[in-house]
Amino acid sequence: MKAAGSTAPWTPPLTAMLNYILRRLGAGLLLLAVVTAVTFWIFYVLPRWAGVTPRGMAAMYVGKAPTPEALDATVERLGLDQPVAMQFLEFVRGLLFGQEFDFGRATVECAAPCLGYSFTTNSPVLPQLLERLPVTASLAFGAAIIWIIGGVAVGVLSAVKKGSLFDRLAMSTALVGVSMPIYFTGLLALVFLVHSWELFPVSRYVPLSEDPVAWFQVMFLPWVTLAFLHAAQYARQTRAGMLEVLGEDYIRTARAKGLSERRVIFKHALRPTLTPIVTIFGLDVGLVLGGAILTETVFSLNGIGAYAIDAIVGKDLPVVLGVTLMGAVFIVVCNLVVDLLYPVVDPRVRIAA
Amino acid sequence: MSAPSHAPESEEQAEQDDVVNVTAQARKARGDSENRSLRQIAWQRLRKDKVAMISGIVVVLLILAAIFAPLLTKWFGYPPTLFHQDLIHPDTGLPYKDPNLPPPSDGSMPTENLDPWGGMSADHLLGVEPITGRDLFSRIVYGARISLLVAFLSTVVCVVLGTVLGIIAGYKGGWIDTVISRAMDVFLAFPLMLFAIALVGVIPEGILGLTGNGLRIGVIVFIIGFFNWPYVARIVRGQTLSLREREFVEAARSLGAGNRHILFREILPNLVTPIIVYSTLLIPTNILFEAALSFLGVGINPPTPSWGKMLSDAVRVAENAPYFVIFPGLAIFITVLAFNLFGDGLRDAFDPKTSD
Repeated sequence: MKAAGSTAPWTPPLTAMLNYILRRLGAGLLLLAVVTAVTFWIFYVLPRWAGVTPRGMAAMYVGKAPTPEALDATVERLGLDQPVAMQFLEFVRGLLFGQEFDFGRATVECAAPCLGYSFTTNSPVLPQLLERLPVTASLAFGAAIIWIIGGVAVGVLSAVKKGSLFDRLAMSTALVGVSMPIYFTGLLALVFLVHSWELFPVSRYVPLSEDPVAWFQVMFLPWVTLAFLHAAQYARQTRAGMLEVLGEDYIRTARAKGLSERRVIFKHALRPTLTPIVTIFGLDVGLVLGGAILTETVFSLNGIGAYAIDAIVGKDLPVVLGVTLMGAVFIVVCNLVVDLLYPVVDPRVRIAA
Repeated sequence: MSAPSHAPESEEQAEQDDVVNVTAQARKARGDSENRSLRQIAWQRLRKDKVAMISGIVVVLLILAAIFAPLLTKWFGYPPTLFHQDLIHPDTGLPYKDPNLPPPSDGSMPTENLDPWGGMSADHLLGVEPITGRDLFSRIVYGARISLLVAFLSTVVCVVLGTVLGIIAGYKGGWIDTVISRAMDVFLAFPLMLFAIALVGVIPEGILGLTGNGLRIGVIVFIIGFFNWPYVARIVRGQTLSLREREFVEAARSLGAGNRHILFREILPNLVTPIIVYSTLLIPTNILFEAALSFLGVGINPPTPSWGKMLSDAVRVAENAPYFVIFPGLAIFITVLAFNLFGDGLRDAFDPKTSD
């Protein structure tokens, strides 16, 4: 930890920093590779273990129930009768270099990174996912801003004014928040705020680029609902962390030196409290980006999560696989960003660690 | 989570428990609070914590309601899958206020006679479902069965996997610890809910002889257990790391105790408290997860009542029948809140940092 009172912030040597970044990047890539392998295993190997024949697999992938000959052709085309290792290589090759699907009459190109090809909609999965990404991203980032600021602010205030009326009210609300499923709060909001009291318009998603005001109006309720759930958890965690840090010796030292209370709270106590918060923030944002399934379902937002649910209902497995993989990518990437932000938030996190 | 580390319940100590109890009672008689065992202290604290006690009682009542659901519905309701369509207006699907009132003779909407509160009566305590007219009270009571069953089973899987792997990682250290710790990172990086709905879609009927809801429950329990064990393992690993260096472990080792003895007789007893506290806090999370899957239509199959499925059925009629959103939602909320409050109370009671 840097010496209290020194004005020049401690900076790690450049090589150590580079080393840290490279190591985190490597770990992220490795994690992604493992996640890809496990996802593949679940979709291609697990059903085989469970006794599904290549023909049955073909039926699961094509989505309809065509003739046995058509199924055999699909088995051939997708290589479902090949050894698992070969299938995995083919899958990875598709991810890296793209893939071609031979339909006899015509071939279809699935450009890299090929997340798969939906035989139900007759199109590659990735472009469809990207088309829906803005909805999910709007939801995720808007809500994330509200919940991280709201949650941390309430948590800090509660900890500083421990035992006060504000603290008790805030913590009761937070407990309600972590105990209410979003499909309950969301439905309540829809029933009362939208339908009964007509405080919010009933409308479909409008892109930000088209009409920012309408976009804001549509997204406001989903944001608040999703953010409430997370903010509650963050407030509880921030409060607990702050209380623990405020009991530390160096806080007493800082106060004894005559530092203002504001400086003690924000400079000395908040930073170490934020480290674990930033970790879960990374995971949570990644998770929501990969499809806020419940929120999108409740508010009829046509995002990635809703796409996944449609695919499950329509038995469109390539899409499900693609969404899952993309979700994992978001989590890994967000984790990576957090890892790289660590040393900024808390200088005690040793670059060398 | 700050888990207690001062729980010297090792074998040697356990043998002396009776002696300690006697002296503790004697001291208590003198108004002396020294030397009580942690569990005695925790119990005393818990008894003073009104919120924790009330939520604990609610938890017990909920479990009893789930176990005795057939009796409860026999006394206060109807079989949960029995239709009562005579109580439902055929065009709107909404319950009548008074089913004995004749419909308007001109065939118009009996708006006056439709009940926004679902026809609550002494007969149907919480009214009836729109469209089918099934007794809502019975369905909610039966819903507790699925909810609690799935939550308990999956928590057990999490705890068993997490404890075994966490204790191994913490005790063995070295490359074994590295491998298990990395595995935890991997499991936490999976988008759990996406995986869950995907798996439900991929796993065929009849695997391991399971079909229908047996299969669904099996899959959900497997998913939650398999992907959430790292949360338990992290805590157990951390505790084991510190316990393994304690004197009583050292003493057992120098007396010639083997790994098995140290793990099961010295370390594990000290982990029981944090594991129980954490399990209590894991149950509500798992209840929410099961309800979410049922809400999305990949959980429990109808007509078996489940709270999540009821809420998704309510979506279509939410505008006109808000009670159908509120009752199942409140059931989930109260259950989860009770477990959360009780878990918080347990944690505070066992926390050595809390002062009396």
